[in-house]
Amino acid sequence: MKGTEHSGLMVFAEQEESVIHPVTFELLGKGRELADRLGVDLSAVLLGYGVEDEAFNLIRHGADRVYLFEDRSLKEFDAVRYKENIVPLLREVKPSVFLVGATRIGRSLAPRVAAALRTGLTADCTDLDVDEEGNLIQVRPAFSGNIMAVIRTRTRPQIATVRYKVMKPPEPDPKRRGEIIRRDVKVVEDSGLRILKKERVRGVDLTEAEVIVSCGRGVKRREDLVIFKELAAVLGGVFGSSRPLVDCGWVERERQVGFSGNVVKPKVYIACGISGSPQHLFGMRDSDVIIAINKDPSAPIFNVADYGFVGDMYEIVPLLVKKIKDLERAGLDRS
Amino acid sequence: MVKQVPDIERVRFDLETGRLDRSSAEGVTNPFDLNALEVGVQIKERLGGRITAISMGPPKAESTLRDCLARGADRAILLTDRRFAGADTLATSYTLACAIRELGRFDLIVCGEKTLDGDTAQVGPEVAELLGVPHVSYVEEVVAFTHEGITVKSDIGRFHYIYELRYPCLITVTKNVNIPRLPTLRDKILARKARVEVWDAERLSRVAEPDRFGLKGSPTTVVKVFSPLSSGRRGVILEGDAEELADRLLNVLREVGALKMERGNVD
Ligand SMILES: Cc1cc2nc3c(=O)[nH]c(=O)nc-3n(C[C@H](O)[C@H](O)[C@H](O)COP(=O)(O)OP(=O)(O)OC[C@H]3O[C@@H](n4cnc5c(N)ncnc54)[C@H](O)[C@@H]3O)c2cc1C
Ligand SMILES: Nc1ncnc2c1ncn2[C@@H]1O[C@H](COP(=O)(O)O)[C@@H](O)[C@H]1O
Repeated sequence: MKGTEHSGLMVFAEQEESVIHPVTFELLGKGRELADRLGVDLSAVLLGYGVEDEAFNLIRHGADRVYLFEDRSLKEFDAVRYKENIVPLLREVKPSVFLVGATRIGRSLAPRVAAALRTGLTADCTDLDVDEEGNLIQVRPAFSGNIMAVIRTRTRPQIATVRYKVMKPPEPDPKRRGEIIRRDVKVVEDSGLRILKKERVRGVDLTEAEVIVSCGRGVKRREDLVIFKELAAVLGGVFGSSRPLVDCGWVERERQVGFSGNVVKPKVYIACGISGSPQHLFGMRDSDVIIAINKDPSAPIFNVADYGFVGDMYEIVPLLVKKIKDLERAGLDRS
Repeated sequence: MVKQVPDIERVRFDLETGRLDRSSAEGVTNPFDLNALEVGVQIKERLGGRITAISMGPPKAESTLRDCLARGADRAILLTDRRFAGADTLATSYTLACAIRELGRFDLIVCGEKTLDGDTAQVGPEVAELLGVPHVSYVEEVVAFTHEGITVKSDIGRFHYIYELRYPCLITVTKNVNIPRLPTLRDKILARKARVEVWDAERLSRVAEPDRFGLKGSPTTVVKVFSPLSSGRRGVILEGDAEELADRLLNVLREVGALKMERGNVD
């Protein structure tokens, strides 16, 4: 916006156990692009304990400047303690835009920061742009992914949380130089909240899979799931599903793809017996290659598929598995 | 805090304009908010106390509050006023926080993880900030509670965390936290006769700045909506018998490098 003293973009660098969440790099990539177009600076704010090395990493990924807050009290994420340090920084540095990953940590922190600054916050953006005046143009799904909305913010900073895996992470440049500014930490002795215990979440991670074989309500009986799990196995991929199979208890929740499950971006996504509702498409439409098997030629999944196979998956998939195994056996014989 | 939302499964969308036809579906209680209410009811059963259900919305949201009374709330407040209309999350949170201030002392505020229509998951933490209390989002399990505080489990990052929070505080809960009970017929009948208090902007004048309500108090605006389906990439569609299709599919998988042997060692 013209005539305001706010300028530049700032990214919240999310870390857990001194490991930067990859959404941060995606934000730096997008932030760099927007900053260059506007001719302004891109900075990052990093809070933690023993995270200085990561500050250099942020610079290699595009930040001009990193504001570093290091203290024992910031070792674990605490929305109140983080906010108490970020809010004064934003008041002083006055970036026009503050971007936060739409992870659970980001979605817990950003609203506190926005409310403290009495500024607007747009949740879960899937695209960002700027206009000539530097206003942020924010695109996000609304009504459970049924429609997309374009949103503007009239206050500063314009704060947005951005979905993981919708933007491209930049290639790190080891030669990039920038400035690391260490800030005095405001230590909050008692935030009203204490961590009693912490344990690693285990289980499948669909978001990192290269190949995903998903099935949907086209599966008639629970026992039939093995047919599709086997295809996933012979491809060295991960088995996923649409929501109905999760809701009826046949498939674990962490395998759900879609709006209320995981957003995935594998090299190859194979949808078997999935109609292609807006909520499902939301979670897989950005896969590199989409293959769909469905017996209904009018199924909407075919509108996003690179290769659509109209037929009965109960016939096609077992045949395919057999053919892949034959091919592999032949391949092994050769070597 | 509970909100009435359009029934997403039934609501009709105009895919040309991306607009939804609110009159095409009944309002239902946001499902996560029923889990939030159930947390309150379970605490009340063991420790006593009173539950107030608060909602901001149009007059017809009264039915949602009546449902809350049938499910165990002791008091229900509907914040409704033309001046509250057009609110984004900041203005919504502000109005709800003012109403909670006006009510006086509280121990625990429970919200749903998110709403089905807004789907921001912002209102809970924003209310916590405006009231100056700590919060934990995405609570998967209530582990314990006493008269002093509550212990909850949340999967906020790559870890499960067990947090101990001291009252007053706020939590937002996921669907996994409990199974909301159904109201009995008797409770439903009683709730039909119970009073839902209606509060307008005037009622909050002791604690609120009216400029922070509704459209005026909302820094964000939706400038356009569009259908997400417009950007499809329909490729080739293949038909034939199963044998033929399986062969074609095998070829496609080889071409795109999806076969394990061609991707190298993945195990
Ligand atoms: C708030 C909200 C959030 C949601 N979140 C998600 C989400 O995250 N993920 C999600 O997936 N859904 C989600 N949904 C649900 C979504 O709206 C759809 O109901 C769901 O995706 C449909 O799943 P499906 O395609 O498996 O089933 P259906 O729509 O029933 O499709 C089954 C398909 O299988 C085909 N078929 C049947 N038999 C065969 C056969 N033998 N061979 C080949 N094809 C066959 C049929 O032609 C049909 O197209 C959500 C809904 C709401 C309201
Ligand atoms: N208008 C409202 N009235 C009461 N509570 C609300 C309202 N909007 C949101 N909430 C609460 O905040 C939670 C998150 O909503 P949202 O930020 O819209 O995703 C909901 O589950 C409710 O508990």
